[in-house]
Amino acid sequence: MTTSAAPALALSDDLDELVAEIEARFDDLTLSRVRAWKDAAPGRLAVGCLPVLAPREVLWAAGALPVFIRGAGDRIDTIRGDAFYQSYICHLPRSTLELGLLGHLDVLDGMIFPNTCDVIRNLSGVWQTTFPQHFVRFVDPPQTGERATAAAFLRADLDLLYRDLCARTGRAPEPAALAEASEAYAEAARAMAALAAARLAEPWNLPADEVYQLRRAGDAMPPRDFAALVTAYVTAARGRGRRAEDRIRVCLVGAFCEQPPVALLRAAERAGCYVVDDDLTLSHESSPTAPRRDGEPMASIVHAALTTPRACAVRYDEHGAAGATLVERVRACRADGVLLAAPSFCDPALLDQPRLTGALDAAGIPHTSFKYSESSGQFQSIREQAGTFADSVKLWGTA
Amino acid sequence: MTTPVRKEPSMETQKALLAGYFSRLARAKEDKRPVVYTFVPGNLAELLGAFDVAPVYPEVNALQSAMRQRSSDFIREAERAGHSEDVCSYVKCDLGMMMKGNVGPTGEVIPPPDLLLLSFTGCFTFMKWFELLRDQYDCEVAMLHIPYQGDGEITDEMRRYVVDQLQREVIPKLEKVAGHRLDLDRLRERLARSRKAEDDLAWVFRAAQHRPSPIDAYFGGVYYIGPIFTSFRGTDEACAYYAELRADVEARLAAGEGPTTPSGTLSDQKFRLVVEGPPNWTSFRDFWKIFHDEGAVAVASTYTQVGGTYERGFRHDPANPLESLADYCLSCYTNLSLPARSKVLADMVKEYDADGFVVHSVKSCNSFSAGQLHMLREVEKLTGLPGGFIESDLVDARYYGHSNIKNRIESYLQMLAARRGASRPTEVRA
Repeated sequence: MTTSAAPALALSDDLDELVAEIEARFDDLTLSRVRAWKDAAPGRLAVGCLPVLAPREVLWAAGALPVFIRGAGDRIDTIRGDAFYQSYICHLPRSTLELGLLGHLDVLDGMIFPNTCDVIRNLSGVWQTTFPQHFVRFVDPPQTGERATAAAFLRADLDLLYRDLCARTGRAPEPAALAEASEAYAEAARAMAALAAARLAEPWNLPADEVYQLRRAGDAMPPRDFAALVTAYVTAARGRGRRAEDRIRVCLVGAFCEQPPVALLRAAERAGCYVVDDDLTLSHESSPTAPRRDGEPMASIVHAALTTPRACAVRYDEHGAAGATLVERVRACRADGVLLAAPSFCDPALLDQPRLTGALDAAGIPHTSFKYSESSGQFQSIREQAGTFADSVKLWGTA
Repeated sequence: MTTPVRKEPSMETQKALLAGYFSRLARAKEDKRPVVYTFVPGNLAELLGAFDVAPVYPEVNALQSAMRQRSSDFIREAERAGHSEDVCSYVKCDLGMMMKGNVGPTGEVIPPPDLLLLSFTGCFTFMKWFELLRDQYDCEVAMLHIPYQGDGEITDEMRRYVVDQLQREVIPKLEKVAGHRLDLDRLRERLARSRKAEDDLAWVFRAAQHRPSPIDAYFGGVYYIGPIFTSFRGTDEACAYYAELRADVEARLAAGEGPTTPSGTLSDQKFRLVVEGPPNWTSFRDFWKIFHDEGAVAVASTYTQVGGTYERGFRHDPANPLESLADYCLSCYTNLSLPARSKVLADMVKEYDADGFVVHSVKSCNSFSAGQLHMLREVEKLTGLPGGFIESDLVDARYYGHSNIKNRIESYLQMLAARRGASRPTEVRA
């Protein structure tokens, strides 16, 4: 069944073949692999999840593959989706609607919209009326610091979601399936941690565009298959034998929802940076790492959802520590500076920037900022900006 | 079409109420009243009143500053400090005002908060705004997260979640800054007064079903909602004001008069419109005049539901004080799903026998704006009427293009006139 312990993926140990596999998965906008996975066994569902927060373990336990939908980037022309939004709304909902209107998301049985911002929140309503065939659920992660209250609310929400999905897949909503799903995602999280550590140690062997596309490939993969792919990639990439170049190490911050084009990541690295840490595809990092099998796995999932996620502009900064947390992260990554990259018209990311830059300034950490949209096609200015930033840091230790 | 401007008693009362609010606020520290910053949608006015604290509403400061042509300087100040031109202008206006000494719209200094109470209702940006404010003040902080009605209903779990937060987070923090326990009977008394004022306000809005409409439910409506959306809900002053407002409207109704506008009384009403979205505040009167000059009256609006859906039937319930506060927060207009918002609009079009509806989309407010083009098409389907669409901003004057808006409104109304065959005045309903 879907939550079997062994990965079903046959993987090469050749890096070129692995990268080709990763790129093919990244480019699979029609979700043909998701369709193949569904067709392989009866009763399987696939449910789309918008950034940033998604109850993946609950979906997987119910027999539904979580499929992250992060827009279409610069890979399709957004025409009909554009007709839904004014010029001052970000791009992700436009291309997401375009994917739906093109039929690329027909393989999905439902969509989950987390309360990431007002745009994604309202997209849930647009989706309900535009794609009535989909099961649509809005998930409102608690933003209160009152833990017991938050846990009770989230628990009720996830219990209901689990029961509803199980009713659709014909499975019994059993705790054992939740425990197994948690273990599967914990395995993926461990693989992700190994990937992050490898990139920190030798970013010249794990370029940002590859690492990013690998994580995006995981957006539509069963967790253990994804863990296997990550592990194979890390092993192969570390054997690449490239030598370190004279580049600065940077953290990329602010791109947690609408994604930059891959070419932007390449432009930043070729301009003289190694991206050693980022908040792209943030949702992959929110897995619980210590699932419990002793009777109450849902409690464990709820606890992990409330306590372990990485700080992000869409989560209430209860202790006013966003700036300090970023500084800590930069230091832990031994980064020389920060690229603050935010999508145009992204209120959460852009409203965070002055708070983050204040903390970086106080800590003496160089930074530069720019805006992008997922459909950006011109990177010369970003290359120049990142290049100047890298040169400044190398020459004077500041920007 | 119009008669000269005649100030009605309730207008003077409303003006005095708000002026008194800012004066009392300026004196709050010397009066030893704790100051609480909060937001308008989902505000807990009755609870704050029961603790006798002085509430501050940053959006109200922003819009009042804009109406006095002071918001542009504040926005520039915030942008100089690193805030993006892309983000909400309410936030930048408020932060800019703070950077320039926190001098409020009436020229009096707004005191710093003793408690930041985030009523996180219907607008995600509130949370980010609140985080920015918290960095500036060393004070108590309370967060009240109101779940969004994404799936179109208020569930028992949502209500319980809000009540739990009130009991475990909000009330203890208020007790701490106020120095005394909550008197539940006092809260109930305030909720009873809220209900009374809400009855009168709902009656006033419902009066727009008559022809000619004795009110403008959008441009005039924003004056009507001022007291009840802010610190006056639950007070005797609010009860008196809404009774007086109702009497004024009853008198206009009896006389067959339209609403009083800055350009005179609008009794010759050619178009009855429902309006979705907040107004532009920097050019409020010019904006209104575009509609007025065309003989267009707003018979209903959604903006007047953001601080309580009274016209749609919501009432506070003194018998269940905390549950009632929870339901109030959960049911504010911008906390409704888009299909629910479309239905509200379509119902209004039908109930108020409107000729059409206009969506005013503002750059600053994703909560309102994201999805409005889709809503426009949905409401067209539900009503069979074409909708109009215009764009500007809340308090950033750079995004208000008068000629563009005027052209669009005129074209839209010409289309409505053409559809009904002639630009005939609407008849007076018996």
